[in-house]
Amino acid sequence: MKESSELVTPGDLRYTRDHEWARVEGDVIRIGVTDYAQDQLGDIVFVEVPKMGRKYAKGEECGALESVKAVAEVFMPVGGEIIAVNSALEGSPGLVNSAPYTDGWIAEVKPEDLSEMEGLMTPDAYLEMLRGLKE
Amino acid sequence: MKEFAGSSGLVLNEPLLFDRGKRGRCGMSLPRRDVDHFPVDEELEGRGPDFPDLAETEVVRHYTRLSTWNFGVDTGMYPLGSCTMKYNPKTNEKQAALAGFAGAHPLLPEELSQGALKMMFELERFLAEITGMDAVSLQPAAGAQGELAGMLVFHAYHGSKGRRRSKIIVPDTAHGTNPASAALCGFSPVKVGSNDRGVLSVEAVAAAMDEDTAGIMVTNPNTLGFFEENIRGIVDIVHAKGGLVYADGANMNAVLGMVSMGDIGIDVLHLNLHKTFSTPHGGGGPGAGPLCVRKHLEPFLPTPRIVEEGGSYRLASDFPLSIGKLHAFHGNVGIMIRAYSYILSLGPELKRVSQLAVLNANYLKEKLKTILHLAYDRPCMHECVFSDKLQAPLKISTLDMVKRLIDYGFHPPTIYFPLVVPGAIMIEPTETECKEELDLFVEAFREIVKEAGENPELLHNAPWRPKVRRLDETSAARNPRLTCAGVINGERKS
Repeated sequence: MKESSELVTPGDLRYTRDHEWARVEGDVIRIGVTDYAQDQLGDIVFVEVPKMGRKYAKGEECGALESVKAVAEVFMPVGGEIIAVNSALEGSPGLVNSAPYTDGWIAEVKPEDLSEMEGLMTPDAYLEMLRGLKE
Repeated sequence: MKEFAGSSGLVLNEPLLFDRGKRGRCGMSLPRRDVDHFPVDEELEGRGPDFPDLAETEVVRHYTRLSTWNFGVDTGMYPLGSCTMKYNPKTNEKQAALAGFAGAHPLLPEELSQGALKMMFELERFLAEITGMDAVSLQPAAGAQGELAGMLVFHAYHGSKGRRRSKIIVPDTAHGTNPASAALCGFSPVKVGSNDRGVLSVEAVAAAMDEDTAGIMVTNPNTLGFFEENIRGIVDIVHAKGGLVYADGANMNAVLGMVSMGDIGIDVLHLNLHKTFSTPHGGGGPGAGPLCVRKHLEPFLPTPRIVEEGGSYRLASDFPLSIGKLHAFHGNVGIMIRAYSYILSLGPELKRVSQLAVLNANYLKEKLKTILHLAYDRPCMHECVFSDKLQAPLKISTLDMVKRLIDYGFHPPTIYFPLVVPGAIMIEPTETECKEELDLFVEAFREIVKEAGENPELLHNAPWRPKVRRLDETSAARNPRLTCAGVINGERKS
């Protein structure tokens, strides 16, 4: 398990209390789970991605990650419609472990309300929360 | 250093039966054919499976050797939290093997099955008395089927009042099967978090309970090993909104003879005979998850039900509100006989079972909390939950420690559950371990924690001593190979 100092939290992302990340890319938002989440779960063996074309509310359960230890739900960082899912995860669920912020992305969302991004945590705020969890 | 059971041994190798034997070898003799040969329908003919030809010694040694690779409660301590891996007394086997039970057939008429029906009827009464509930069905074949039956009763009860409710409250300290059982029955499980004492608060339930909620599923004692001390208040809130209270009785081993689930307002409860009542867990084989209900829910119990009239017993199906039949014939009767034997063997001493189970868990908790991080430092019931927090800076995980435990001759405890404790190590010793064995277990953990600091590789690659070393669970889950090497559809491929 990683120490707080070893956890990666890229500066261009925003974070949720449930350990998802969201990145604005033009008028879509790409989402995934954080380095901390994948580290806690351990080797991921199955990813249930959100349903293409379905609309989810912010905070709604939209998918699941199954590891050798446990199953964890994925919650929507922002509300909106799923316009793309990472189909590579079907054959290679380990991408979430090896590259949680790049190749291991989970879905792309067309947001209902882009201002919901402002309610998410900055990297510093998220790291601060993680330090609290590690104590 | 003490001597551990796992510290020595000869592990005999054994190939697949398909790699043994010789054409024409035979381990049995069939009687001479004394009827004329009669051809079977051609459509039914075909090549049979390519079984190897084996002698009796080969077959006996094969299975005897395989059995030595196994680890069961007859081999050693098996402290799997929430699973209650207590010793299965051999007298239970003796009673189940009595000719009248062993030779019974489910299609025999009632008048020739009075003994078996009486045993089942009395077992129902015993379980009702032990739990403080009013009526029992022995049909469910496992705890999870008991839960499903309970949810079907919830649904049928609300239906009888002319209403449909869509949600069920499930706390984060409930058994993992609870939300699945609710969902399978068409309810949406609503998760409610436990408080900083590891139990449910009345306020949290009040905030979640509404008139679209069919009720709540509480595991009591819960998976952190704590009694839900606010249960009375929780029951009142759920009842006030017209809901029902389900108690997962999988942890009943902590409270036999001490808590009357009926008196605290539980409406539906399931029991696991293979946990609390000492019947075998059976490696996925037959279990039994009897469903106990209060009087107002009795009409919904599965049918057929056993009815007594003037000292004789019959099966009755005339219960129009019943959720119906859940199992072929009468459930897993062989398991019921064993539980019946256990209850009759112990009688009022059942209370002592729970007292000793709780004492053993608290003993381990106090002994181990100096070397492992204890998630909630307060008296526990039948199990206690530690984590790998103190070992995490050494890059030693829960998995590494419990794999190493195998080398010392102990079965690992339940790990990574409950989810509310990251890296959980959930230990349930049960009442059937003596103090010397518990001390040996503590000593083993003490050694392992020492090794974590001195020689972490010893743990990362553990276990070293059993037949099979550390399995690559990730590859097994990502790329499962579901056929036996060299054998496809029962035929050998070279």
